[in-house]
Amino acid sequence: MIALQRRAHPSRLMGYMAPLIALAITLLAGLLLFALLGVPVGEAFYAFFIEPVSSVYGLAELGVKAGPLIIIGVALSIGFRAQVWNIGAEGQLILGAIAGSAVALHFYEVDSWFVLPLMILASIMGGMLWASIPALLKTRFNVNEILTSLMLTYVAALLLSWLVSGPMRDPDGFNFPESRLFHDAALLPRMLAGTRLHIGALVAVGVVLAGWLLLSRTLLGFALRVNGAAPRAGIHAGFSQKRLVWVALLLGGGCAGAAGLFEVAGPIGQLLPNISPGYGFTAIIVAFLGRLHPVGVFFAGLVMALSYLGGESAQITLNLPLAVTGVFQGMLLFFLLATDVLIHYRVVRKGSVVSNPDSSLARRS
Amino acid sequence: MHGSPLVEMVSISKAYPGCLANDAVDIKIHPGRVHALLGENGAGKSTLVKILYGLLAQDSGNIQWQGKNVDIASPAIARELGIAMVFQHFSLFESLSVLENIALGMDADADSALKKKIIEVSRRYGLPLDPDRSVYSLSVGERQRIEIVRCLLQEPKLLIMDEPTSVLTPLEVSELFETLSRLAAEGMAILYISHKLEEIRQLCHEATILRGGRKVATADPRKESAQGLAALMMGSDIPAAISQEHSKPGKTLLELSQLDHPAQDQNGIALQAISLLVRAGEIVGIAGVAGNGQDELMQVIAGEVLLLREDALLLHDIKIGGEGAGERRRRGLCCVPEERLGHAAVPSLSLVENAFLTAHHRKALRPGGLVSYRRSHKFAEEIIQRFNVQCNGPMALAGSLSGGNLQKFIVGREIMQAPDVLVVSQPTWGVDAGAASAIHEALRTLAAEGAAVLLVSQDLDELMQITDRIGALCAGRLSDLHRTSDVTVQQVGLLMGGETIDQNKVVAMMGEST
Repeated sequence: MIALQRRAHPSRLMGYMAPLIALAITLLAGLLLFALLGVPVGEAFYAFFIEPVSSVYGLAELGVKAGPLIIIGVALSIGFRAQVWNIGAEGQLILGAIAGSAVALHFYEVDSWFVLPLMILASIMGGMLWASIPALLKTRFNVNEILTSLMLTYVAALLLSWLVSGPMRDPDGFNFPESRLFHDAALLPRMLAGTRLHIGALVAVGVVLAGWLLLSRTLLGFALRVNGAAPRAGIHAGFSQKRLVWVALLLGGGCAGAAGLFEVAGPIGQLLPNISPGYGFTAIIVAFLGRLHPVGVFFAGLVMALSYLGGESAQITLNLPLAVTGVFQGMLLFFLLATDVLIHYRVVRKGSVVSNPDSSLARRS
Repeated sequence: MHGSPLVEMVSISKAYPGCLANDAVDIKIHPGRVHALLGENGAGKSTLVKILYGLLAQDSGNIQWQGKNVDIASPAIARELGIAMVFQHFSLFESLSVLENIALGMDADADSALKKKIIEVSRRYGLPLDPDRSVYSLSVGERQRIEIVRCLLQEPKLLIMDEPTSVLTPLEVSELFETLSRLAAEGMAILYISHKLEEIRQLCHEATILRGGRKVATADPRKESAQGLAALMMGSDIPAAISQEHSKPGKTLLELSQLDHPAQDQNGIALQAISLLVRAGEIVGIAGVAGNGQDELMQVIAGEVLLLREDALLLHDIKIGGEGAGERRRRGLCCVPEERLGHAAVPSLSLVENAFLTAHHRKALRPGGLVSYRRSHKFAEEIIQRFNVQCNGPMALAGSLSGGNLQKFIVGREIMQAPDVLVVSQPTWGVDAGAASAIHEALRTLAAEGAAVLLVSQDLDELMQITDRIGALCAGRLSDLHRTSDVTVQQVGLLMGGETIDQNKVVAMMGEST
């Protein structure tokens, strides 16, 4: 039998190297997969990783996709640092999109500067509202936030689907489940002519900086980190755990909500039954790939954005199914977790396991 | 003397990194007798029993069962031999019934045959139990009965009871004793682990006394006085209290008045009517065996849990019972909890960040609202220098320091905030002698400078050496406080067991000795 034994001193260097190692293994495994599918490896590599970013348009698309991933990823990593596991960013994203769209549709054909800021505000509130449900349940009844936030994602998706086929449906839209196209005043300004790059990308950079400042220089960020690393020490220092749960969830909800709005008011331009290719879930991978550090999340967001583009490109040029995106993302998370396990544990033969004196079931070797 | 022993443990030794838990311990247990295993916390009782029950392997020595050498490699083998054990903390499923819980523990079916057996055993030994009740609805005493019945169904020859009365009410205790006496009368051997002297004198036929991992004596507890047993348990090599210059204590800084606090969970202790004054310039000590309410008291004073009655806790005559830990620090009440890693300090953060952790309320470490690592760094450096903390500089992770050095850092962190009241729990636990005396020195200096110090400790030497007044916690109640110079270690031992010291007797004894 093979068993895992905890290492006394996990390597810090390897902690930072793990994402790069995982990326490399994912790349190799991916190419092996292409080879098994009978696709020329060189062509596949080019289509997946090079072609999507070999043009200005492609780079702009990378920014479009990375924006929401980074915005949500930063907020989630702050929560994860505090051991608050908000898995429902996808649902909070949808609620933010709904709330922002409601404002856009309410002020349809109102051509004024205030519409867009109001939409952004509404989307943040919407996301926070959705995240406040798990927060309330956690702080009041000690309900596991992983389950509640995750399950609320499906409620949010159904709510969206009902709204676009009911109250928010385009009256002139031939019964298609879509809202009206947003008016110009409700669309995000483009940053680069001829591309879809919008100010969401700038916001993402701002969120990275703000997240870094919060974690490293504010008392709140310090409290969140202490709560994650040693909750009892946090209580001893006078930090309220309940308050931190609220902060972590509201932060995640607000950022996810804003990211949702940037999608509907940016590249999409209207409310649809499907507004996100799983950004809220992918952002969880982004957070961990970025080592729960805002700057790391920035780069991780770019990598994961590339996996979306690469999947699309591989579909077009090589006739591969779009599912390769999911396969790549899944492999990346898998290999990252696997390397993390090996950083913290060593693999030993069962016969040589040294009995652990902490365990009451310790037995003789 | 009493026929051949049922089990004999010969020269058992067991070492953990940094401590010898059992050092050539011998013990003989005879059928039909209740044998007490007596000792302070850390004396090695649990280690010895875990070896006997197959949970731990001894480093050397052997175990003879009915005269034959046996290798008890697992609890399953122990049970096969006929050893059963009732643990201090029960392992029961709350949502299942008594019958189902017993069936699970025995790998049997929860059928009517088992139910009949349960009822039979519980009748015979005076352990009333309804097999169909759900566990969550039962009292702690009833839960213990389930564990005992579960053991008895295996028809053991030796029953080990680990501190069984620590969670029971007095009535439940006397019922338990009747049961145990009956079992012994039927020929079962019982190994009874406790530090409660009166109980042992009442129940046990023989006692083995451990101190610091060694067997120091065997005694007949029925013939010894509680004081005699306490002396054996504590040892007589304890230095006498160093006479203190009793500077006149100043005004009261910390006051607990009739403080009640319910137990936080099933294994928690409820604090009952605790009243205590700590005045400027004095060190007040609270003795007690672990698990008698020390953790709860620390949490309540530190502000980790809030009190329902605001005026149960006064600092400078201000009611602070409803204030959180941060506010209390700001007002001048600093605490050092017992657990260094994960409670007093965050192991994965640097000393700089750990300095900031509790000092930011009182030290100006957040100029303009942002965390200043420069200032925290400087503060950490000051602590390291003044308290001679051996480490790789202020950026070293707290978890990388040795216990003694981290403790010096933590105590230093609180003292250098110049608190009006400092409450410390077990400040020298697991700390080398040098660091311990440095910490004692620092506490004394702090008191001499006019602070009030409350020291909660299980280490009697420490308490006798540096405190001005002393009392003991037992089962959530605080004894009367006595001047440390007026009491002996043995008398404090009595306080720890929940007894009172007759002041007249104390004076009389003092008179005799002079």
